[in-house]
Amino acid sequence: MDIPRHWRLRKQRYGLVGEVCEHCDSKVFPPRDICPDCGEEAKTLFSFSGKGEVYSHSTVYDAPKGFDESTPYTIAMVKLEEGPLVTAQLTDLQEKEVKIGMPVEMVTRKLREAGDERSMIVYGYKFRPVMSH
Amino acid sequence: MENNKIHTVVISGLGQTSVGEHWDISLRELAFFAIEKALVNNRGGYPQALYLANMLAPALSHQSHLATMVADFSGLRGIEATTIEASGASGGMAFRQGYMAVASGLVDSVIVAGVEKLTEQTSVNVNSAFATNTDSEYEADHGLTPTSQAALLMKRYIYEYDVPDFAFSGFPVVAHANGASNKNAMFQRAIKPESYQRAGFVSEPLNMFDVAPYADGAAAVILTRAELVADLPEIPTVSVSGSSAVIDTLALHDRQNPIVFNAAKESIAKVYAQSGLGHSDIDLFELFDAYSIFGALSLEAAGFSEAGKGWELAQDGRINLDGEIPISTFGGLKARGYPGGATGVYQIVEAATQLMGLAEENQVKGAKNALVQSLGGPASTAVTHILSQIER
Ligand SMILES: [Zn+2]
Repeated sequence: MDIPRHWRLRKQRYGLVGEVCEHCDSKVFPPRDICPDCGEEAKTLFSFSGKGEVYSHSTVYDAPKGFDESTPYTIAMVKLEEGPLVTAQLTDLQEKEVKIGMPVEMVTRKLREAGDERSMIVYGYKFRPVMSH
Repeated sequence: MENNKIHTVVISGLGQTSVGEHWDISLRELAFFAIEKALVNNRGGYPQALYLANMLAPALSHQSHLATMVADFSGLRGIEATTIEASGASGGMAFRQGYMAVASGLVDSVIVAGVEKLTEQTSVNVNSAFATNTDSEYEADHGLTPTSQAALLMKRYIYEYDVPDFAFSGFPVVAHANGASNKNAMFQRAIKPESYQRAGFVSEPLNMFDVAPYADGAAAVILTRAELVADLPEIPTVSVSGSSAVIDTLALHDRQNPIVFNAAKESIAKVYAQSGLGHSDIDLFELFDAYSIFGALSLEAAGFSEAGKGWELAQDGRINLDGEIPISTFGGLKARGYPGGATGVYQIVEAATQLMGLAEENQVKGAKNALVQSLGGPASTAVTHILSQIER
């Protein structure tokens, strides 16, 4: 059922919690415990703001199990304002045309359907265009 | 190679099956057909070990412990056998394990084979299996597939380098032209640039001609210590003059600059240093064109063009069989087909066939040194070899 796997990832999935390196102040997401910039230990938790911009994007028409009923969907790499890139879906796009550089913010949404009786519904981060006020 | 304690390793036998949909042939039979061909034309010793490349048999063929099954079925009971998995680079990695075993002197002769069946399951099942080759928690769980990941790469590359429309068409056009005269290729028909321009998107900006087709196939190579192989009067002997494997981050998003294939670049720098050769000595490049964008990034990694200009090489016949750097000489992944973990072994078989002068209509004239590179994911793993004709 993969329940422990998805439970372990709840902080990252719901809170975009990564790490900050106390040696070089680099922000790390996804968490990996060793700083990719200086190679020192980086285990201090850090909550990302969830703000960023589209680094690249495309559309998935032909998807794996759990995603095949949601096609087509927009997949992207988002550059978080603190530095790291993250892979995630874009959502709440309505008619908006996606462009590289477009400002986006994190929201929590359903990531995948169960797909079959042995899988489960998973929730986590997606990104939507920043609302203009 | 620079370390004079290691032995010279030569290719003493080659075998391959056709690439395509082999619904009437089981996984074990497919592997055996390629191994049998290599054993029949082997002029080295009897193999003491089997290194078997495969990427998805546990998921798609309900079989793990694969090398033992294949060795057993191929009548090789009693030898050593192990399976090597490194995603799309599995074939190159198995070849490197075989090379290291013979070069070290621990064995005299090994067989390196690759086998895969990717056409028997629904596309949803195949997509699910391929998605496990990405970072499952931070890429696949968000709906990323290898194909949409290549689209993300291509989109950013086009944006950063301001690449014109249809700039990548040369890669599939050349691959299909070369596949047309390869009787083992999945697709044996040339395509026109206009067909590329009319093709529908698979995951924009990737269209159907930018994506290599998943296929079934098996290939095999026998490696033997040079002293144990008799020369043939007419056919040059082919040796391994460079071998290297380098990894990058598994996930594309973990890289400082995703549109450079760093592992591919470092791995090629190592084989150039080992062999004393540079890109101007290379007569053909069997690169890993799972997607057209991979072709451009691989040419850049090998030093044939600067960053952002790899697509320019695909214009004006420069990568054709008679061009300045022929690639995908038997059709590449695009036209020969992409049989998963077997792919890297096909690349070796094809490059060796070129250097032996046996490539017939696909022959690159005067080819003496071939660069061969297999990639796992977006060059998350890069395995590179240089094969060379040896003078005796
Ligand atoms: Zn650091």
